[in-house]
Amino acid sequence: MSGTVASLALTGLLTVPGCGAVLLALIPGYRVSAALNVALCALTLACAGLLYTHRPEPSLYLLVDDVNTVFLVVGALVGFTTSVFSAGYIAHELQARKLTRRDLRFYHAMYQLLMFAMDLALVSNNIGLMWVAIEIATLTTVVMVGIYRTSAALEAAWKYFILGSVGIALALFGTILVYLAAQEQLGQGMVAMAWDRLATSSARFDPALLNLAFIFLLLGYGTKVGLVPVHAWLPDAHAEGPTPISAVLSGLLLNVALFALLRFKLIMAGNSAVIAPGPLMVTLGLASLLFAGLMIYRRRDIKRMFAYSSIEHMGIITLAFGLGGPLANFAGLLHMTMHSLTKSGIFFGVGYVSQLEGTQRIADIRGLTRSQPLLGWLLVAGVVAIAGLPPFGVFTSEFLLVTSTFARSPALAIVLVIGLLIALSAILLRLQSLAFGETEKRHKLEAYRLAPMALHLVIVAIAGLYLPGAVIAWFRHVAALLG
Amino acid sequence: MSALDTDIAHLLAGALVLVSFLLLYQDRILALLNFFALHACVLALSVAWQAYVQHAPHLFITAAIALLFKGVIIPVALYRIVVRLGIHRTIEYAVSPGPTMLFGIALVALSIVVMMPVTAAEGAFVREDLAFALSVVLLGFLMMVTRRNAVSQVIGFMSLENGLVLAATGARGMPLVVEISVGFSVLIAFIVVGIFLFRIRERFDSVSLEALDMSRGESS
Repeated sequence: MSGTVASLALTGLLTVPGCGAVLLALIPGYRVSAALNVALCALTLACAGLLYTHRPEPSLYLLVDDVNTVFLVVGALVGFTTSVFSAGYIAHELQARKLTRRDLRFYHAMYQLLMFAMDLALVSNNIGLMWVAIEIATLTTVVMVGIYRTSAALEAAWKYFILGSVGIALALFGTILVYLAAQEQLGQGMVAMAWDRLATSSARFDPALLNLAFIFLLLGYGTKVGLVPVHAWLPDAHAEGPTPISAVLSGLLLNVALFALLRFKLIMAGNSAVIAPGPLMVTLGLASLLFAGLMIYRRRDIKRMFAYSSIEHMGIITLAFGLGGPLANFAGLLHMTMHSLTKSGIFFGVGYVSQLEGTQRIADIRGLTRSQPLLGWLLVAGVVAIAGLPPFGVFTSEFLLVTSTFARSPALAIVLVIGLLIALSAILLRLQSLAFGETEKRHKLEAYRLAPMALHLVIVAIAGLYLPGAVIAWFRHVAALLG
Repeated sequence: MSALDTDIAHLLAGALVLVSFLLLYQDRILALLNFFALHACVLALSVAWQAYVQHAPHLFITAAIALLFKGVIIPVALYRIVVRLGIHRTIEYAVSPGPTMLFGIALVALSIVVMMPVTAAEGAFVREDLAFALSVVLLGFLMMVTRRNAVSQVIGFMSLENGLVLAATGARGMPLVVEISVGFSVLIAFIVVGIFLFRIRERFDSVSLEALDMSRGESS
């Protein structure tokens, strides 16, 4: 019985968004398709939730294990709330004549295709299939970033496309090298691409080939994560695309790429003769944290500022997983979840701010707590949360990470704390002028539209005050699996 | 596998690297398109030879797709776009061809130095093939960074994809080769040609990225 439920849930997870994309491409009315988009995302979320309790048998192509269910549930939740936010946001864009009805049809179809690609990347057991899925996810976001067709949006989409393809090409080369290392031991064909087989038998692989492969994979998928030397696409793509896409990029796509990296890290961990992948990830993570923290200071565009904050947080998460060990991995998982929820929540708020104010320039936005108190205060709460201040969950995970780093390597912990403080003060400094100060403007916004944002922040606040025992046990178990 | 089989495979893979250099050197966009078609044809030959030597008939599909799509359809489509847009005269370089060629030679040396020791256990067939493939990939990157024109960047990207196809066919018995490499390069080519060039044209009546560079998101 539980086997059929599990396979149904897995089929649903992939076919709901897959067929939904085709369906939404055929439906002309935007109201219907926006509602349908929400319904499809809710169904996907239900399937992801079922997979948490019911696990199907792994095949050569698909695998549901404890690690990817965390990513699946977080991803499906953010995907669902973003679709709710998107329905209201998109209606406004249509009224403002920034988008046409045809654009919206395209947008909704692409949204479901993106969900499909991300779910496929997460549940794929085949490193080739995972690559294909991440490639599809990249292409769909490229065309969505360019959907406004302004010169800035086109430039952002082009930059994203070029850097994204370079990253994806490097990742494919790395994937080919992993296959080469595996086929000597496991034999030719699909077996040598199945991740579970690779992870269990990597001890016998040629270490030199694995080393080279990991470098390619780290740079390739690292581009998608937005790690520092290869991050340049990220701020532009976040700033110029529609805000729901910024939310999905930060809350989902970056995590999926990081997940791919973790899969390969586990393959590396099985072989004692290879270079340790941890220090490489720690270095890139730390570089991202410090660089992005400094870059937040001088941003003039509100979405761009939060995009740099995403680079900063992805750096922290990469650093945590690079450090490894049960505590740091736990902190990394918690931070990933908290960042996804907080950052997408902030982008929901920022989307309304830019629509109400008609600008994304920080200098032109003042006194939000006066002009639209509910939105303003929610944004304040979101920024306080993302800055890593108590009582929110981001504080908990950062605190855990700092303490576990101090225990292992104090010098690294000092740099980490400096990076966190730089980013914290930068983002609070910007909040000052955004949220407070005098303004004559008064904006109208229906309170129910802010429900997705409020929901995210409430979850993050609850997680900061009291993390349920079940979640702790779940994350602790996954952290142990991540080595 | 006889020594002659290996030699022919190396000859074809080496020819692909050579055509990559020719691509780097072209200063006219139409000549660049012709050489890209040649690049795709050499790739098709190389893949077909691998299919024959490895007794892997599905690789013939890869070869046929490389020949038809990348060798004929995409160059013809790009040719039409270029002529219609009236940009068939010159290419603006970001870096002039001399230093680019020297840098390209360094990249080939780098890929040989990196790949040879790592794949030493694989036998001559896979070993040189991967080194050549990495060279083609790196030369594709080099082309993408040294050109400022959108069409030539796309061609750089497709030559890079050709290198990946070469690597994937060289890895014995790799599954999904047909699906992964060719399907996606075609998809990418269509997306680029279809959406970007036309959208850029809508806005600027030009496909030069310099026009795009005017609008950095934060200049205001």
